[in-house]
Amino acid sequence: MTLAIDRHDPAITAHAESYRQAAASKRRQMLVGIAVFAICVWLSAVGAEVRLGTLIENIHRFPNYIWQTLPTLRLASLGSDLAEWYWGLARWLRLLWQTVLIAYVGTILGAAGAFLFCFAAAANLGRAPWLRFAVRRYLEFCRTVPEIVFALIFVIAFGLGPLPGVLAIAIHTMGALGKLFSEVVENIDLKPVDGITATGGSWWQVVRFAVMPQVLSNFASYALLRFEINVRGASIMGFVGAGGIGQDLIEAIRKFYYTDVSAIMLLIILAVMLIDLGTERLRHALLSLESRS
Amino acid sequence: MSIAISATERRDILQRHAAAIRGSTRTRFFTIATVVFILGLFLYGLTTLETTLWRVLAGFGNLGSFVVLMLPPDPGSWAKALIFVQALFETIAIAFLGTVLAAILALPLGFIAARNVVANRIVHFLARRSLDTIRGVDALIWALIWINVVGLGPFAGMLAIMTADFGAFGKLYSEAIEAADRKAVEGVASVGGGKSHEIRFGLLPQVLPVIASQVLYFIESNTRSSTIIGIVGAGGIGLYLAETIRTLEWQQTSFLILLILVAVSAIDFLSSKLRFAIIGKRAV
Repeated sequence: MTLAIDRHDPAITAHAESYRQAAASKRRQMLVGIAVFAICVWLSAVGAEVRLGTLIENIHRFPNYIWQTLPTLRLASLGSDLAEWYWGLARWLRLLWQTVLIAYVGTILGAAGAFLFCFAAAANLGRAPWLRFAVRRYLEFCRTVPEIVFALIFVIAFGLGPLPGVLAIAIHTMGALGKLFSEVVENIDLKPVDGITATGGSWWQVVRFAVMPQVLSNFASYALLRFEINVRGASIMGFVGAGGIGQDLIEAIRKFYYTDVSAIMLLIILAVMLIDLGTERLRHALLSLESRS
Repeated sequence: MSIAISATERRDILQRHAAAIRGSTRTRFFTIATVVFILGLFLYGLTTLETTLWRVLAGFGNLGSFVVLMLPPDPGSWAKALIFVQALFETIAIAFLGTVLAAILALPLGFIAARNVVANRIVHFLARRSLDTIRGVDALIWALIWINVVGLGPFAGMLAIMTADFGAFGKLYSEAIEAADRKAVEGVASVGGGKSHEIRFGLLPQVLPVIASQVLYFIESNTRSSTIIGIVGAGGIGLYLAETIRTLEWQQTSFLILLILVAVSAIDFLSSKLRFAIIGKRAV
């Protein structure tokens, strides 16, 4: 059996025509999109002063640089080579520990601040709209200004050392976590809230007994995630004199102590990986705790 | 009718439902131990990080006077304002071009690192670990390295953003590809398509919307990180930011911060509109 189609059937030609028109308009839209995109790329290439010639001419320096940072390790004298590579291990480990502490203290302070603000920023707990608006704009400000800019200002206000780094991370964390926390609060089940309100509980009692039990494990999980991010952030705080291992790293890069660069970077990457693994375990434990209750 | 209960009844209820009201001793002990550990480490951190009350108070005093000096935001002169706006344009250009180039360059690597495209375990492991290493190095450090290659200026900053994002995009792509539905790929294979057909017609249509939304999100977040890349001399507004802070030109600093805030929220707005247009209602 054959399926005969009359090509000159007016119904079919009308359909074919409308299909052709739809395809053409889609193609036109696509072309306009591509043109706009190309103009944006060209404008940014001018803005970013892209010089392909310089890049091609000097690209060999990139692998060279990485190659030079690698230490010479010979199998025969592996022990002493390693010792030479990590000659400053004691100092670097101390600075690394300081970096982790900066991230930790900053995270705790920031999470505490976010905890205080998130209930006022949430839309479902019936606080005054002007208060919600003010708190939301404040948190937005805290997370939009990069932490290293805060660190630059704090270094001048508080003096060199880890303290400005801690405060910069705390402020940025407060902004980022405040938003996440308030979103968690907005997603809660409102029945317990109604229950506490019905028995005559005040706003504070509602937050304590109806909201907190629902959100606490999520808060802890987000805070742990933020701690991970903050360890990375704290490792570059030293670039502007705000404590941690970044101080030694930027010195090694600026003074071309090649093998030191790779040694410190390897330490940072290892520490970040270990903390990633640890916090991932903890977060899974927290989430399973939540699903069991 | 009243529903008041007597003291003895109350005690009785408390005793019978002790586990529900007070919680088990084990969970209570666990909670207390966690809180003590968190607070202990926090206090230990405070003491080792040279935080004395006097220093904190003096610092906040200084900070207060800086804030007073920052108001109102003022670029100083029209010429300066023009330079700052130009630097802002440079910053956005760095973020945009860096993200777009990273998104394009990471595409092949994303396929290599995906387990359902390249089944080889060793290739998969190597691709993933190298992506992790690239991702683990901060954009500021990449900027310092690229400055050695192409010299100071925004070009180095663009390359740094590109390198740092390359790792992140590779990982995101490979995860999106691994989460893709097998059925479309099998369908293409069953009508006689080769490996490249499978990727083009089976995988790409599924992962492209996810990728597009990720790219837009990264342009947003990179605008923030490219504002600071100038601190190490890799172009953009960060150079002026660091300079005005170091020379205590507080009014110019607050003007620059205001510029950044406006630019970032404008780009947030634009990209959320675009994301909505590309993905439609089911925004990722």
